[in-house]
Amino acid sequence: MLYAILCYHQEDVVCSWSKEEDDAVMQKLAVIQERLAREGRLGPVARLMPTTAATTLRKDREPPLVIDGPFAETKEQLLGFYIVDCGSLDEALAIAKELGQANPGGSYELRPVALFNPAGAPATPASAGA
Amino acid sequence: MMDVDWIGATLTAARPQALAALLRAFRDLDMAEEALQEACLRALRTWPQNGPPRDAAAWLIMVGRNVAIDTVRRRRREAPLPDEEVLSERDDAESALAEELDESHYRDDILRLLFVCCHPDLPDAQQIALALRIVSGLSVKEIARAFLVGESAMEQRLTRAKRKVASADVPFEAPSPPERAARVATVMAAIYLVFNEGYAASGGDAHLRLPLCEEAIRLARLLLRLFPTEPEIMGLSALLLLQHSRAAARLDADGDIVLLDDQDRGRWDGRLIAEGLALLDKAMRHRQPGPYQLQAAIAALHARAKKPEDTDWAQIELLYGALERLSPSPVVTLNRAVAVWKQRGPAAALALIAPLRETLSGYFYFHGLEGALLDKLGRTGEAKVALDRAIALAHSPAEAAHIRRQIDRLTAPGPGAEVAARTAAADAPAASDTTR
Repeated sequence: MLYAILCYHQEDVVCSWSKEEDDAVMQKLAVIQERLAREGRLGPVARLMPTTAATTLRKDREPPLVIDGPFAETKEQLLGFYIVDCGSLDEALAIAKELGQANPGGSYELRPVALFNPAGAPATPASAGA
Repeated sequence: MMDVDWIGATLTAARPQALAALLRAFRDLDMAEEALQEACLRALRTWPQNGPPRDAAAWLIMVGRNVAIDTVRRRRREAPLPDEEVLSERDDAESALAEELDESHYRDDILRLLFVCCHPDLPDAQQIALALRIVSGLSVKEIARAFLVGESAMEQRLTRAKRKVASADVPFEAPSPPERAARVATVMAAIYLVFNEGYAASGGDAHLRLPLCEEAIRLARLLLRLFPTEPEIMGLSALLLLQHSRAAARLDADGDIVLLDDQDRGRWDGRLIAEGLALLDKAMRHRQPGPYQLQAAIAALHARAKKPEDTDWAQIELLYGALERLSPSPVVTLNRAVAVWKQRGPAAALALIAPLRETLSGYFYFHGLEGALLDKLGRTGEAKVALDRAIALAHSPAEAAHIRRQIDRLTAPGPGAEVAARTAAADAPAASDTTR
């Protein structure tokens, strides 16, 4: 089963990290990611820019409305995600806990992936692997 | 995991909101500051044991408010309020307070705080100092170091600024829309000043003060979140990110200035460039150009050039022309002259800056550019006079040393003069320059 690990954190806090602190966190996360990749369990990983860089398209009307800023104003913002291939929710939680050790604060939302379509490949059921 | 770095970053991030809410509660800057400081001390003491609160800003506001009330009550010899160790377990109290901190309050609180610090009655230097002290939470010592004055002098400057703000009677009500627009422009200008102070220090030994640049970027992001649809704030944020992306390449290992043409572009920070370009893209969609967007667009053209010779000087000249029409300034014309030089040669550039001589006679970059152009035209004697003037006006030892190297190359025959002419060029204001 593929899980998306959606990373929520206060961007104010993340943006307050010095470059050294940021690099240190990314370094710790890279170690975990390298291991997961070796085990063939890691799919795409993305870190998103701050929500100030976001644009939202409201498509519930015609013509659609383009709005500056994120879809929702929230206390913690979606700042990135991982796709991981796990046998069970427990396994996914174990990975999330490990990532959380390296990058404290905020929350991870674990969401099973229903459809996975890496660029260019035909859509496959999510369980076929990351 | 609750390490000290994490607590530090959390407190820094929560500071503007917490202080702004305490200012609303007490309507007194000193009292709000003292309350927040005490709350932060208690956070450092209790968070490592009790774990972090769900909402750091709400925790600080609640503890800060209680500290202040407690102080007043103690003075009246009344019973103290429960302390924060008990309070932090009362999740319901915290969430009630968090709800009270709804978005409209948050916006108005932070804006009021920014408006207080960037009050038009305050001289620029006081605005910057106050913003760094109050909003960013830098210590008096840190700010004093940044401005190269003694700690007590800075303390006095801050006290004067606070007194003036208190007597200026900044309204606690939300300002009217037109008034707000004017105040936002003042805040943008103050953020730009903070950045420039870090980008090209106006005195002292250090040519760059990167923490000030980082702080300015943080403030710009904060302002943009309050006004997410304002293209000029996007432009300002983009400009600061793009300029700051070159920080690592702007000085060499010896601390000497490296001009844009000679910088190792591999050392430019790709992440900052990408964010700057994304914000500029968003801003341009609004089709309401302004000075910050134009300057960001110029910075973007430099950022996009993989090699110096790829730089689109024609477009840069057009953008400086547009900037001159929008906000005429001899400094902008001076910058346009660099673009003219790159396209039509030094004689055309020299003709363009000649009328600026009187206005910019006290301006370091004018003489630097003039010297380089004269040298390029083989007028070595005049070039030396211009560069000597530039040295006398240099803001930092790095700037002076940089010009001195140019003079050395002037007098040395051979290919040295060619190199000097290619690399020596004027620039500034810092955030709209074309050569650094």
